[in-house]
Amino acid sequence: MQLKSRKEYQGILVNGLWSQNPVAYQVLGICSALAVTVKMSTAIVMALALTAVTACSSMLISSMRKIIPSNIRIIVELAVISTLVIVTDQVLKAYFYDISKQLSIFVGLIITNCIVLGRAESFALANDPIDSFVDGIANGLGYGLILVVVAFIRELLGAGKFLGLQVVPGFLYDLGFQNMGLMVLAPGAFFVIGLLVWLKNSLPGISSQKK
Amino acid sequence: MKNPLKKFFDDTKPLFTGDGKYKKYEPIWDATKTFFFLPSVKTLVMPFVRDHLDLKRYMSIVILALLPVTFFGIYNTGYQAGIGAGESWSVTRCFLIGAWYVLPIIMVSYVVGFAWEFLFAVVRRHNISEGFLVTGLLFPLTLPPTIPLWQVALGISFGVVIGKEVFGGTGRNILNPALTGRAFLFFSYPVSMSGDVWVAGKHLMDGVTGATALSVTGAGGQSITAALYDAGYSLGRLFTGFVPGSVGETSALCCLIGAAILMVTRIANYRIIIGGIAGFVITTIIVYLIPGGQDSWSNAGPFYHLCAGGFLFGISFMATDPVSAPGTNPGRWIFGAAIGFLTVIIRVGNPAFMEGVMLAILFMNVFAPLLDHLVLKYKSSKRIPNV
Repeated sequence: MQLKSRKEYQGILVNGLWSQNPVAYQVLGICSALAVTVKMSTAIVMALALTAVTACSSMLISSMRKIIPSNIRIIVELAVISTLVIVTDQVLKAYFYDISKQLSIFVGLIITNCIVLGRAESFALANDPIDSFVDGIANGLGYGLILVVVAFIRELLGAGKFLGLQVVPGFLYDLGFQNMGLMVLAPGAFFVIGLLVWLKNSLPGISSQKK
Repeated sequence: MKNPLKKFFDDTKPLFTGDGKYKKYEPIWDATKTFFFLPSVKTLVMPFVRDHLDLKRYMSIVILALLPVTFFGIYNTGYQAGIGAGESWSVTRCFLIGAWYVLPIIMVSYVVGFAWEFLFAVVRRHNISEGFLVTGLLFPLTLPPTIPLWQVALGISFGVVIGKEVFGGTGRNILNPALTGRAFLFFSYPVSMSGDVWVAGKHLMDGVTGATALSVTGAGGQSITAALYDAGYSLGRLFTGFVPGSVGETSALCCLIGAAILMVTRIANYRIIIGGIAGFVITTIIVYLIPGGQDSWSNAGPFYHLCAGGFLFGISFMATDPVSAPGTNPGRWIFGAAIGFLTVIIRVGNPAFMEGVMLAILFMNVFAPLLDHLVLKYKSSKRIPNV
């Protein structure tokens, strides 16, 4: 196993974060993206939890890839992922109890998040552990990027808050401004994610698909 | 002597067409020109169509059918404001006060909506479609007269962009754009869209709540019809429309006039309207015959249900949108009847949504392609194969 050049790692990072972003390009992990993005704080914690799980699971699976029999590989992958998810869940419960309660079942459901298994299947089984680790970080952060942007928009418009602090000043409410109730509902996240994907795809240059 | 308007368009033509200086803005020039004159594009080869009913005339007739509803809505807004202020105003004053509240809503809807249409037409390099002429008037008519103008702007933006342009523009949308905008406002700003918002005016008298007829329930064993009568909603008033409500929907009479214009000119398909009213009436009778619920709307019977709320408005002007309704005749019957059925079920079964017609139409819009598909599949299965 040998380290690759800096440029190749940059390529993996750019792929995961932007050009093949798991939410905006591959449209994976939408379920949790709808559920945890009402507030910024939960979105950030969820993004970090998923990044940790994806990075570690990709690395572990990649280091075992030559000894896993291919006909039972899904079971092995799931065993690794579920172990990591339970560890993450317990850490959150121990140190961030409030946020863990708000995230409720969604940390446990990281195990069914398509991104984790998707990276294990499509990247970790064919690449070195260090590459897989970087890829896991990149995809977790790419997921987190969308999550944080969506949560920022939803929290700002839906509750007038940013990270729990009131940012829309009171005199605007006196002038007749109202919070957008749709943003608090799950369909609001659909619209925001859809519009973000539209924006990303129509940005010139970096994101235009090569045909 | 040449018409000065025509001269202006002839003079500016080289600037906008071909390799002109403002070639990019041709859609805007074209839309302004065809607003005054017939399109200069002529059919040169066969097949020639007997009647050149184009989209612009199609939409003009819908506007014509909407005029009674619009004028009555303006008058009624002023009339209700007068009642709210505890005074009796003359007809002229009612009109002026009503126009003071309603015209800004209509203007904001048109200006913001057309801005989006222009933007998409310029970016996508196609001509501006006339479909928005109707959407821009339908949307304000479904709103309460007290709605803040910035919410009107947001709602019509959502309706045009998410309801229509993301699907590719006029003719490709699966949902009715005006109703999409209204649904957005309904779920985003429930404070402005439900409760005591139906009477315009700054200082309402005590006791004037401005609730719609649909929110009335009988108390203490009183039947719903008696409760409606006590609240001032007799059947005659509900039919003529001198009651609080969204701007355009209060008058069953004016909606029926509009529906008649649309059906006679064959702009709207009569199957949707007749099927819708039939489904609606049958469902209300079934609900009426189910015992219990003396004090709720389930026991109001078909006439009160028809005249209160926005069902007639919705089935005449919204459900008949040729783009989002099915294109096969059996599909249209089912589509209309299902809207009528769902409207009653939502009204009776879910007190949180007093007016079910918006949700019923949007729901059936989504199913319209499926209805068409099933009808075509059924018909092709009846063919004799290989003959």
